[in-house]
Amino acid sequence: MVVEVEAVPEALAEQPDLPAGPAAIRVEDLSTGYHDEPVLQHVDLNVTSGSLVGLIGPNGSGKSTLFKTMTGLQKPWQGRVLINGQPGEPGSEVAYVPQTETVDWSFPVTVGQVVMMGRYPRLGFLRWPRKPDHQIVDHALEMVGMADFKNRQIGQLSGGQRQRVFLARALAQEPSILLLDEPVSGVDATTQHQIFELLDQLCKDGVTTIVASHDLSCVAQRFDHVLLLNRTVHGFGPPEDVLTQDLLNRTFQSHLLLLRLGNRTFVVEDPDHFHHD
Amino acid sequence: MIDWLMEPLGYTFLLRGFVAAIMIGIICAVVGTFVVLKGLAFIGDALAHIAFTGIVVAFLAGFSFYIGALIAAVLAALGIGAVSQRTGISTDTSIGIFFSGIFAAGIVLMSLGIQTYTIDLFSYLFGDILSVRRDDLISIMILGGIVLGIILLFYKELLFVSFDPVVAESAGLPARKLQMLLLILLSVTVVVSVQAVGVVLVVAMIVTPSATAYLLTDRFGVMMALGAVFGAASAIGGFYLSYYADVPSGGAIVLVATLLFAIVAIIGPKRRSFWQLATSGTDASQHQRPA
Ligand SMILES: Nc1ncnc2c1ncn2[C@@H]1O[C@H](COP(=O)(O)OP(=O)(O)OP(=O)(O)O)[C@@H](O)[C@H]1O
Ligand SMILES: [Mg+2]
Repeated sequence: MVVEVEAVPEALAEQPDLPAGPAAIRVEDLSTGYHDEPVLQHVDLNVTSGSLVGLIGPNGSGKSTLFKTMTGLQKPWQGRVLINGQPGEPGSEVAYVPQTETVDWSFPVTVGQVVMMGRYPRLGFLRWPRKPDHQIVDHALEMVGMADFKNRQIGQLSGGQRQRVFLARALAQEPSILLLDEPVSGVDATTQHQIFELLDQLCKDGVTTIVASHDLSCVAQRFDHVLLLNRTVHGFGPPEDVLTQDLLNRTFQSHLLLLRLGNRTFVVEDPDHFHHD
Repeated sequence: MIDWLMEPLGYTFLLRGFVAAIMIGIICAVVGTFVVLKGLAFIGDALAHIAFTGIVVAFLAGFSFYIGALIAAVLAALGIGAVSQRTGISTDTSIGIFFSGIFAAGIVLMSLGIQTYTIDLFSYLFGDILSVRRDDLISIMILGGIVLGIILLFYKELLFVSFDPVVAESAGLPARKLQMLLLILLSVTVVVSVQAVGVVLVVAMIVTPSATAYLLTDRFGVMMALGAVFGAASAIGGFYLSYYADVPSGGAIVLVATLLFAIVAIIGPKRRSFWQLATSGTDASQHQRPA
């Protein structure tokens, strides 16, 4: 029995592009935008449970908009988003770490209190945090390496430390889906490495994670799936299938150069085409 | 000393005023915690002025001033909330035009109304703790109790939404409804305080004790509790000042609150600077996460 149970995930790991598990996120013919201006058009997507997806696209391509639609903050104009089979509504199943936190940094809350906020929706009205909640908060702070800062006021942290606290708050929410909008942009190399180890672990635990990033080389190495987005989906699949010269050109409408060294992939701006229109 | 403190409390009407002032000091500071952190002082001021017109109309029509003030202030709060949530831009100018116009209408109505009421109505402009009758005290206790109760019940949700409305909403909290609730609580607080403190000074009563607390702590709950202490202390100090110096109660209470603020700002332990207070609750996008 034990052998059989263990054999299943191994078999799946060999074929990551097959729809193995149930769809954690299913986007069907989604169009949305702001005011009268469409941003996303006819987005179709099927993200299997437990995938680690790198979301790539130029500035203004709609990455943050896609995240907002998945959390339920942005309403679809057409089509729909299904989260674990249910229409996407704001809730604790999906944890979202926005690209820029527009909070007042002098607000009188400590790091520990901010992370505890991730527990509030699960607690529900009229319930106060209890021992398990405090343990979850401590654990989340340890996972991002911020346990020593628990009693600091939130503004008395560096930019990268703040990002890690908001990641910890998302983890404390115990989501099945984690949406991170450029979580490692202000984080040092060591911490970046730790965060990716953490994301790998979360995926093994079945948490579906989508990470928006402008670091294409990092995405090529670290993620099991890549989603190329520019107003619509230009490619979705394992990095080796999706990170092709052709698809990158289509997504970025400029000439990025793809370098493969052994089994590593690097993406650089093609100097010959730098001034190309 | 004891005699000196006890003397005014021997009179029932003074004792009533004393109790009312303390209750008002506490509610104002508790609600004021959100007002200071979210930069709602201007809206609070607008609500007080609009409530005044509600009071004038209530007097002329012959029903309880509480009903007139509550209807006017709550309607205004709902309107302001709807406008600021829809546009998302700074609505100070439109609120300013709107509330001054309504306040002006109240002033005109007041002078057109029967002359004998005018004295009474003046006490709402500048606050008179001695005009608190038995019914008024009961209304203050009930409405104040409701405000404190609601804040206690939704404490963690209001905290999350005040700190980070976007993520609070994405996590499933009814962010817009909670922000609206906050404005309604603010309007009830204004109405409850207006009789003792007056339209002109009510916003100071809401903001100053909380701001004093803000200088002393990094914790939200502590700020709220300390603010309540400063609010109650200002009410007590102002009460005696008003009694022995024979000055209007609203002015006396706010003067004490301001003195407390000045003392803490100058000789306090400097957990926070005056400058942080100046920037808190202002456009949060200026404080974006550094890339
Ligand atoms: N609140 C808004 N109101 C109006 N237009 C918006 C709003 N937010 C985004 N847009 C527009 O929608 C488009 C997509 O924006 P979005 O933030 O989703 O891009 P992005 O892919 O996240 O870009 P970046 O890489 O810069 O983060 C842009 O053209 C932008 O101007
Ligand atoms: Mg973005």
